[in-house]
Amino acid sequence: MNESVLQLRGISKRFPAVVALDHVSMRIDEHEVVGLVGENGAGKSTLLKILAGVYQPDSGEIALRGRPRRIRSPRDAARAGIGTVHQEQSLVASATVAENILLGAEGDAVRLGLYRWKELNRRAQVQLDKLGLAVRPTDKVLKLSYAQRQMVEIAKALHVEQRSDNAPVIVLDEPTSVLEGHDLETLFQQIERLRQIASVIFVSHRLNEILRVSDRVYVLKDGACVAERTRADMRIDELYQLMVGRETSGEYYRENEQRTVADARELLVLRGLGKRGAYRDVSLTLREGEVLGLAGVIGSGREELCRTLFGAEHHDRGELILDGRRRSFSSPAAAVRAGIGYVPAERRLEGVATGMSVAENILLADRSSASIGPIAVPSWRKRVVADWIDRLHIRTPSPTTDVSKLSGGNQQKVVLAKWLSSARLKLLVLDHPTRGLDVAAKEDVYRFIRQMCSRGLGIVLLADTTEETIALSHSLVVMKDGALTARFDATPGSKPTEVELVERMV
Amino acid sequence: MLVVVFSSLSDQFLSAGNFRSIAGQSAILLVLAIGLTVVILLGSIDLSVEGVMATSSMVTVLLAANDRNGMDLGYGAVLAGLAVGALFGLVNGLLHTQLRIPSFMVTLGTGAVGIGIATVLFAGQPPRLLDEGLRDWSAQRWLGVSRLVFVAAAVLIAGYVIQRYSRIGRYAYVIGDDEVIARLSGLSINRYKVWAFILSGTTAGLAGAMAASQVGVGDVQIGSGQVFAGITAVVVGGTLLSGGRGGVLHTLVGALIMTVLTNGLILVGVNPYLQRSFQGVVIIIAIAATAWNQRHRIRVIK
Repeated sequence: MNESVLQLRGISKRFPAVVALDHVSMRIDEHEVVGLVGENGAGKSTLLKILAGVYQPDSGEIALRGRPRRIRSPRDAARAGIGTVHQEQSLVASATVAENILLGAEGDAVRLGLYRWKELNRRAQVQLDKLGLAVRPTDKVLKLSYAQRQMVEIAKALHVEQRSDNAPVIVLDEPTSVLEGHDLETLFQQIERLRQIASVIFVSHRLNEILRVSDRVYVLKDGACVAERTRADMRIDELYQLMVGRETSGEYYRENEQRTVADARELLVLRGLGKRGAYRDVSLTLREGEVLGLAGVIGSGREELCRTLFGAEHHDRGELILDGRRRSFSSPAAAVRAGIGYVPAERRLEGVATGMSVAENILLADRSSASIGPIAVPSWRKRVVADWIDRLHIRTPSPTTDVSKLSGGNQQKVVLAKWLSSARLKLLVLDHPTRGLDVAAKEDVYRFIRQMCSRGLGIVLLADTTEETIALSHSLVVMKDGALTARFDATPGSKPTEVELVERMV
Repeated sequence: MLVVVFSSLSDQFLSAGNFRSIAGQSAILLVLAIGLTVVILLGSIDLSVEGVMATSSMVTVLLAANDRNGMDLGYGAVLAGLAVGALFGLVNGLLHTQLRIPSFMVTLGTGAVGIGIATVLFAGQPPRLLDEGLRDWSAQRWLGVSRLVFVAAAVLIAGYVIQRYSRIGRYAYVIGDDEVIARLSGLSINRYKVWAFILSGTTAGLAGAMAASQVGVGDVQIGSGQVFAGITAVVVGGTLLSGGRGGVLHTLVGALIMTVLTNGLILVGVNPYLQRSFQGVVIIIAIAATAWNQRHRIRVIK
């Protein structure tokens, strides 16, 4: 029993334009948590899809306890004991927790095509108990919180052990990218629990999390496995260097490029803004060139406030003044006309128009720079698009490539280019602009934020981490239960600490 | 609310007799709408209902005792009508899943084929149904209502059992909610889609046979207007056209609303030529009312 639970031997995968994986080998032992890091486009997603049976490798083999095994379909993956918790949540909202956990693997809980609900719920409960979850098998998924759903996903992934002759291997693809504070702690506890009954592959962009939970870590770069480190010799700066091939810049957040805005013009003023059931009595001022950080936990009302700024929801009290004019946006289209841009957190669903080319996406918000009146001028269009692809370092085979083929970081840059290319843009709402991005792509985003400020844009920022919020913002407001609880000045040198911020959030 | 409006406008509306006739009138619509519900739940659509009803009514009448040939299969003729519907459903399902043609176009096409087949069988003159047993199903009453109401009730119960306890029903929700998740979970999506179309075809076949029993002839036009009525019954009931939400009990409510509407408009004395338009207006209002609280969400409506 010395063999590893799961071994990859020289796995390669080519796509028409790129070599996604180049002779990648790794192993996962029983009760081991293995970290997998790499930039966007390094091949992590391809590797995980091969493990999940979605893609087939062109060469190389997968071995379970030393014996080669082909994984041709998601069903095969489950039989091999590999359960994946996908980055985008993959629960069916209208079905119950039990149905989701056992989906496609109901076994005897469905006989002759008929459901035996008691048996189904009992089996689901067994999985829930393993993780000590408080949700009921009969709960509808759409009533659960985001964090709860993720726990149910882990329970679902864990259910592969019922179908498999192999010890379970649970793949967690970016599980932490949307979790905050308490939920994050719960997840780490769950990983410790999982370690008792399974092996875990943990994929994250946050190196400190990898360091915290992993026994070993593999670093992928440009489709190749460039390093393997055990817990004893993992160091953040070395891992970072291996991933991006350069040293961490001390000015990660480019705080030195932060400009003072004290005497700039007021761009956005909120006076006693309120919306029943969401937030109340919000008053704040945003100046040109200023980054305003909005901190708060999920449910604090900051999401709703952002959506109001973008016209997706209405305030029912107070006033919203943009550029000296009182406004109430009837729709996102009205907000865009008034010069507001929105970079949503759900990039895949709300940010990019998948199925459309990179060029079309960039010109989606404002075509005026590439057309005369309603008529597009192809040569202008080409020039404008090429210009933005160049300025934001968007890595794409060509401007006509379907945007869904790009990596997450490059998709996000396309979203940014869409707004930045708009001539009327005055205020940009960034909702988790670095969610799911790797370190290098994050740095790019930080750079753009500074550049936008120097152009005089105002930015409302809902950042991924409190550290990011503090570093990027000129001023900070904290929301809790729908009200502003604190306001901080955050000019370089006088920034509040994370502790000060978090104290006001919970 | 419809009930209140109509009962204030017509004193006949609230009578027990009228409720019985509403039950009778909604039976056929309910039967075909239950099959449609399953297809719509998984995010597809079945527009072939009228063609299937036409063919099924012709087949049923021509195989039972009739005035054109010597066949006399009795209830076997009804089974043949059901089989015709199931066959249409199978073809719909296979074309949709194997050739990857949108269900909208497939069923529009097969529906036309059904009308064509029915027209050939029709041969210029409607065959009259002479089988007393079959005629009795609509003519005779149990507990004061047409026996067809009991057929519809049985189909409703069967539909509910399928929706609640069968793989076909449960997976219809899963596939309708998110087909990608379903595929990643290793479900044979195509198989369940074909089953859903077979169910829908079968209920349309039954609806055709029931209609033939009611009017006493096989007719090409027998299902006229049922695509509109069936889909609106499902949607008014609250099943999402995009799939994943709703169910057959919603459809029961929807079918009753549709029938009450038709019945009420007649009793109130609305110009017959305008009744269909009135129905359309009321349906749009009803759907707008249910969707009212979701207006502010950014949601794509197709």
